[in-house]
Amino acid sequence: MPEIILRTEHLCKNFGGLKATDDVSLEFERGKVHAILGPNGAGKTTLINLLSGELQPSSGRISFKGYDITDARPEKISRIGIGRSFQKTNILTGFTCFQNCWIGAQSCLITSMRFFRPARHLRRVHRRADHALQLCGLAAKRNQIAGTMSYGEQRQLEIAMMLATEPELLLLDEPLAGMGAEESQQVTALLRELAREQTLILIEHDMDAVFSLADRITVMVDGAELETGSVEQIRNSQAVQDAYLGHDDEEDAA
Amino acid sequence: MHTVTRPIIVFLCLGLLLLLLFPVVGSSFYTGLVTKIMILSIFTISLDLLIGFTGLVSFGHAAFFGIGAYLLAILFGDLEQINYWWSLTLTLSLTGLAALLVGWLCIRTSGIYFIMLTLAFAQMFFYFFFESPHFGGDDGIFMMNKPQINLATRQLVDLDNEHHFYYFVLAWLVGVYLFLSMILRAPFGHVLIAIKANEQRVRALGYSTPHYKLVSFVIAGTIAGLAGFLEAAHTSFITPAYLGWHESGMAIMMVILGGMGTLFGPVIGTFIVVLLQDFLPEFTEHWKLIMGAIIIFVVLFLPNGIAGLIYSISNRFSSREPGGREG
Repeated sequence: MPEIILRTEHLCKNFGGLKATDDVSLEFERGKVHAILGPNGAGKTTLINLLSGELQPSSGRISFKGYDITDARPEKISRIGIGRSFQKTNILTGFTCFQNCWIGAQSCLITSMRFFRPARHLRRVHRRADHALQLCGLAAKRNQIAGTMSYGEQRQLEIAMMLATEPELLLLDEPLAGMGAEESQQVTALLRELAREQTLILIEHDMDAVFSLADRITVMVDGAELETGSVEQIRNSQAVQDAYLGHDDEEDAA
Repeated sequence: MHTVTRPIIVFLCLGLLLLLLFPVVGSSFYTGLVTKIMILSIFTISLDLLIGFTGLVSFGHAAFFGIGAYLLAILFGDLEQINYWWSLTLTLSLTGLAALLVGWLCIRTSGIYFIMLTLAFAQMFFYFFFESPHFGGDDGIFMMNKPQINLATRQLVDLDNEHHFYYFVLAWLVGVYLFLSMILRAPFGHVLIAIKANEQRVRALGYSTPHYKLVSFVIAGTIAGLAGFLEAAHTSFITPAYLGWHESGMAIMMVILGGMGTLFGPVIGTFIVVLLQDFLPEFTEHWKLIMGAIIIFVVLFLPNGIAGLIYSISNRFSSREPGGREG
């Protein structure tokens, strides 16, 4: 029996009359890569925002390792071991790569309400920040100002900041969005590396990447779960073909 | 993030030396004026913690300056002998409490709403003192005596002596600067600076950002209260104008002019603004026009204020040194 690390039960989110998330009940297994596919507006990012605490659900329940985290705020979610990256690059552009990761790494302290000793003496935080940079292949860019790096490198840093918090479960919101072929390959390799040890929940438009990375795939349409299954099942599913792969494919490829 | 490089340290030490030597050559009038400027500098440095490091543009910071001043005058103004330690402790804790209450409500908002809310609170305090006859109303309130700084039975500093008062304020200014430098280098400061850059992201990394903003607000308010305490002790006369939005606005201007996010920039800004206010009227009655032109010039051509200019000059000196920005 595989361990379920994260579970949603009848999760709903309404924005006025719009059902952005409509009765979604999903189970995410520890150690697996679970991808969420769906056309634009299917409610994928809303779902990630619900899981990461950026949004509060209208109804339903979310549990992480058996604990109810339905109403937890983003900082709480991060502290219990769920990291997230953002679809729109969300880094501290005026800071160096190292400083960006430092902020992630420093959250290993029980509290950062520490006023006296200079932060740079914290060796553990140092190691964590450097380790995250190394994992993402940014060690050479350690002291570069984040805003001056290429778009692909900024996306890598986005992931590095999350890794610096040493999460058990990673929520990745379109990590490959807007990347060129070469950058995309680099990040795919990084994700594959991470998948060896961690649990990933991945939203991604890039079909090739999803099919090559994911263990399980959930397809969403109009806020609801259409189908969940293995890569083969989804590839061959008629319902998925009709809803997504068939007519929306070209738009979403952009 | 600004790092204090070696040329900056040299610059700051020179500035400190000038301040240390000034009373030896300066007249009584100017010693008093520089004392006043240093008190105001403590106030503007504390505002820099909010504007320059936390990203909270408070338009009501003068409220805490005024509260600190009023508390000293109200609680201790009638006493023959004012115990410095007690009066300072009580004034600062009550000002900190006021900052906690105001901050607790204000930090829920951000941007323009935060500005309006802090302004509204400051105006409430202003009218409270303006309209309460017990506390002098619009005439203000006098203090009979200055606090006495004794240790056991020995007098450490005589605040009635203007030189003593000058060095006493200078010591506080240096102390506040060092204290804020310390907390900004500590883990707490790293979180603050990151909140200013991107609060949502810092939250997603596991920090309860409202708490950090609130603590920053309380620290800044308490230091503003300290400046108010010193001002009340210096002039022995407090009016509601100390709490007005005009004072808050001037303080923001001093911080921006001097260079926010640098701690020493606001001190320079305070010196420049007060000295200009003092000297310009001697040359022309249209001095406010000139003042406005200077501010426009600085904002347009020195976006990081005077401190930014000092940084770019100092970088030429230190460009050969390795390292640079690291935090």
